[in-house]
Amino acid sequence: MSETMQPELAAPGNPPRAGFLADVGRAILAACAVVGGMSVLQVRILRSTFARGAFDYDETVRQLFKVGVRSVGVVVATATFVGALMVISSGNFVKGTGATSIVGWAAGTAIFSEVGPVLIGLMFSGRVGANNTAELGTMVVTNQVDALRVLGIDPIAYLVVPRFLAMIVMLVLLTCIGDIFALAGGAVACSALLGIDMRVYWQGVLESRLVDEFVMGLVKAFFFGGGIAIVSCHWGLGVTGGARGVGRAVNHSVVTAAIAIFVVNFFVTVLWTW
Amino acid sequence: MVGIPTAIASPLFLLKRTVRALPSAARARRRVVDAMFQIGNQSVVFIAVTLAFLGLILVYQGAFQAQKVLPDLTQVGRFFIGTMIRTFGPTIVALMLATRVGAGIAAELGSMTVTDQIEAMKVTNTDPIEYLVVPRFLATLIMMVVLWVFGVLVAIAAGTLMGTLRFDIQLRTFLSLAGTAPKDVWVGVFKCLAFGTAIPILAADSGFRATGGSEGVGWATTRAVVNASFVVIMLDFLISTLAYLAGW
Repeated sequence: MSETMQPELAAPGNPPRAGFLADVGRAILAACAVVGGMSVLQVRILRSTFARGAFDYDETVRQLFKVGVRSVGVVVATATFVGALMVISSGNFVKGTGATSIVGWAAGTAIFSEVGPVLIGLMFSGRVGANNTAELGTMVVTNQVDALRVLGIDPIAYLVVPRFLAMIVMLVLLTCIGDIFALAGGAVACSALLGIDMRVYWQGVLESRLVDEFVMGLVKAFFFGGGIAIVSCHWGLGVTGGARGVGRAVNHSVVTAAIAIFVVNFFVTVLWTW
Repeated sequence: MVGIPTAIASPLFLLKRTVRALPSAARARRRVVDAMFQIGNQSVVFIAVTLAFLGLILVYQGAFQAQKVLPDLTQVGRFFIGTMIRTFGPTIVALMLATRVGAGIAAELGSMTVTDQIEAMKVTNTDPIEYLVVPRFLATLIMMVVLWVFGVLVAIAAGTLMGTLRFDIQLRTFLSLAGTAPKDVWVGVFKCLAFGTAIPILAADSGFRATGGSEGVGWATTRAVVNASFVVIMLDFLISTLAYLAGW
């Protein structure tokens, strides 16, 4: 039992430490395996999506419902607090300079273009992505995926494609909802804590004409949704070794998704504003 | 499904029992150090990558938006460093720890729970709180502060690259602590301590409440990530509000 607390290299069964270069090589090979596996999965998903009648329509509707219902509560709650947090964080600056009119612009820009999509994406990944990995992983360790293959049903078309489509659609919609709640949370914080009239805040949001930022946020949500789906399905379908394996796969899934969110976020912003 | 009262009461109860069992850590320093090594070792690369990209994007957006208002980029660096220490550093590092360490603790304790190893410990008169939770709790608390410092430094390094290379801001102008007061650092430290307390307790609680095979472990891991992330955001909001109202 104490083995769970030991560093991995000291665990029995692992190959002995062969030096720095070998460690680096092993890490690079592992990273390549993950990226390669996810790329192959992506190609297979796209092939199934665009092949006529290859993916399950009913399952897609079920997934849309499940994904949306499961995450709307946590997304709305998080977004509201985040919006309020953004306004409070600018509080000291606003108090120092007296520039009350920029609160709406600052909160709107930050929420629409960066903070909204990223934090909603992270919560979505924790709620839906992790859950998806756990679900698929459980199906793998109880041989249900093999059973599908025996029945002649393609697991990609039946299990993965509906989840992929559902996550993209739902994350884009949830980002719209979340943005609105974040702005509302910011408005409440603005009048309750900063003592700035809510009308000044809303005027600032509306007059800054943030359509461009809003659309960029939705483009980000589109890519985050697809990324979370691919990452979570990749780790879920690759589970080995029972209950412990499922837990570890969920952990890997949320970690990979978080990295993907930050990296994709950066590149979308840079390319959008090029 | 667990009702809201249990979801709130159960972690608070675990926190109470953990705090009461804290003196036992003096006898088990080795386990605390092992847990610290594991937490640091498994999250250092993860935090470096995510915080580096955060630093890049914050400076990029900050300078990009500032350019629209007035062509003066000398303020970008000091604002970036100030908000990084006070707001974004603690929050994002804590969210990453909730993801990496929180999920790890829940998966580990969850699979021990569903395979009855926790019951076995009770039978052999070993307190699972003392043996499993206390080392992880202390280790996460300490490593949260350490990783906050590390993450902020990585983000500032990445942001400096972006500011100096892409926006041609002088290195000296950019790396200025003029926007950072000692109180900002204290708010950051206080946030880290609050998050470092919440993450391991919520994760361990959700691991202990796992039921029913591999599906239960998956559920517990998911719940740990979501609960810990949400509580981090909520605590962040509370602490920021209190700090603002206190004039900090």
